[in-house]
Amino acid sequence: MKQPIYLDNNATTPLDPRVLEAMLPYFTEKFGNAASRNHAFGWVAEEGVDYAREQVAKLIGCTEKEIIFTSGATEADNLGIKGVFEMYKEKGNHIITAVTEHKAVLDTCKHLEKNGARVTYLGVKEDGLIDLAELEAAMTPETILVSIMYGNNEIGVIQPVKEIAAIAHKHGALFMTDATQAVGKIPVDVNTDGIDLMAFSAHKMYGPKGVGVLYVRRKNPRVKVTAQMDGGGHERGMRSGTLNVPGIVGLGKACELCRLEMESESVRLAALRDKLETTLNKMEESYVNGNTQHRLPHVANISFKYVEGEGLMMAMSDLAVSSGSACTSASLEPSYVLKSLGLSDDLAHSSIRYGLGRFTTEAEIDQAIEVTQKAVNHLRELSPLWEMFKEGIDLSKIEWAEH
Amino acid sequence: MAYSEKVIDHYNNPRNVGTLNKDSKFVGTGLVGAPECGDVMRLQIEVGEDNVITDAKFKTFGCGSAIASSSLATEWLKGKTIDEALSIDNMDIVEELALPPVKIHCSVLAEDAIKSAINDYRVKNGLEAIVLEKSHH
Repeated sequence: MKQPIYLDNNATTPLDPRVLEAMLPYFTEKFGNAASRNHAFGWVAEEGVDYAREQVAKLIGCTEKEIIFTSGATEADNLGIKGVFEMYKEKGNHIITAVTEHKAVLDTCKHLEKNGARVTYLGVKEDGLIDLAELEAAMTPETILVSIMYGNNEIGVIQPVKEIAAIAHKHGALFMTDATQAVGKIPVDVNTDGIDLMAFSAHKMYGPKGVGVLYVRRKNPRVKVTAQMDGGGHERGMRSGTLNVPGIVGLGKACELCRLEMESESVRLAALRDKLETTLNKMEESYVNGNTQHRLPHVANISFKYVEGEGLMMAMSDLAVSSGSACTSASLEPSYVLKSLGLSDDLAHSSIRYGLGRFTTEAEIDQAIEVTQKAVNHLRELSPLWEMFKEGIDLSKIEWAEH
Repeated sequence: MAYSEKVIDHYNNPRNVGTLNKDSKFVGTGLVGAPECGDVMRLQIEVGEDNVITDAKFKTFGCGSAIASSSLATEWLKGKTIDEALSIDNMDIVEELALPPVKIHCSVLAEDAIKSAINDYRVKNGLEAIVLEKSHH
């Protein structure tokens, strides 16, 4: 078994060898610029891009012309939100999003607030889902965009996208979703789901880093975004810059593989995730974070009370996972996503995210369970909080010396 | 973040983990930090004749650097007089463990824990508490 075991597939995924194989010729013999219209080198590159566009479109149920290639999901989020804000200025300046969004959405909204946008940040319920009544109440005639993520990167919960889209449309607003964690993992169909704009990236679905997509609806309604980069007018004028042909070809192949394998793969991953989660949740004082009904099949987020996440990760150096505790500054900020579920800071500091993927095996999950149990027990032996808990002391009644 | 070898050593083989009888008048207990900040240290000293620290124990909730800082502190405390213990500076810990700047607060917490344990012992034995320097707020 490879060590350490990689269980951080929400951060990034390894490139599938089949994707690499598809990409390789585009670095060497098929190196042309897809915008070169008057020689074979350009045509060959363009063919590769066109085919990839078809592969992507098939996965999400749209047409090829609705795909704008970007450098990744962050750029797609920026282009979608800023582009809509500028294009629909006349109609209004109000944007609705949620507090659990990725920073690429939140910080883009914060940026727009400085430029005259009014942004509503919806809170979430303790299971991580937004309250539809709250969304409905937040809609105004000036609302131009509702941007709510599909599946959350930290806890994996899936928002009620269809219902959100319906509310947005009822009030004449566009619906955008950051679907970076969902596309390729669960069925996402822009028409069934009522999506007008959607951002995602290749490296979360076994494709290369540095390439992503902004889906922009062309019919019912025809959506336009103002370009955020000036230049040669690539991607139907919405995103200038020479196309990353090998990356795009890789993204296309990655989409195709996900489409063909998603059905069986999601069942396999959910079974492994459930095994991991159920076993670990049997440990004393462990808590599963987020809704367990509506969520991605490959994510588990668990808090082990009375141990600190970063210390725990160090004890699990054989596992590559991620923690909601960021002990890297004097302020020691725990995850804002977990905090928004109403988790106390100490539980947020005690959380570990396991992200399973295509190459995760059952033997690795068994090992991950063993390593985690051992590490949690070891650290609890070291933890004054665990000792106090065992003695029946109410930790909330202690006057802690804040620092 | 890459940890130094010394941090890893203390983390994997923490010295002096445990609990002393906090009700004994020879024992001083310092409990510093807060769960919501992500680190809590409890450091205890047992003081014998001539104000010499005969034993020291710790338990820490926190990251690897916090655990290593408190483990190292207990090692240093044993055999020192209270006055010598008071002179332990957090920067000594930073240097010994090669802590990066973002982890300096772990050493500050360890220094606080030492002083807080000494104060607890002093107060128990009818001495005045020493005013702590608040260097890190």
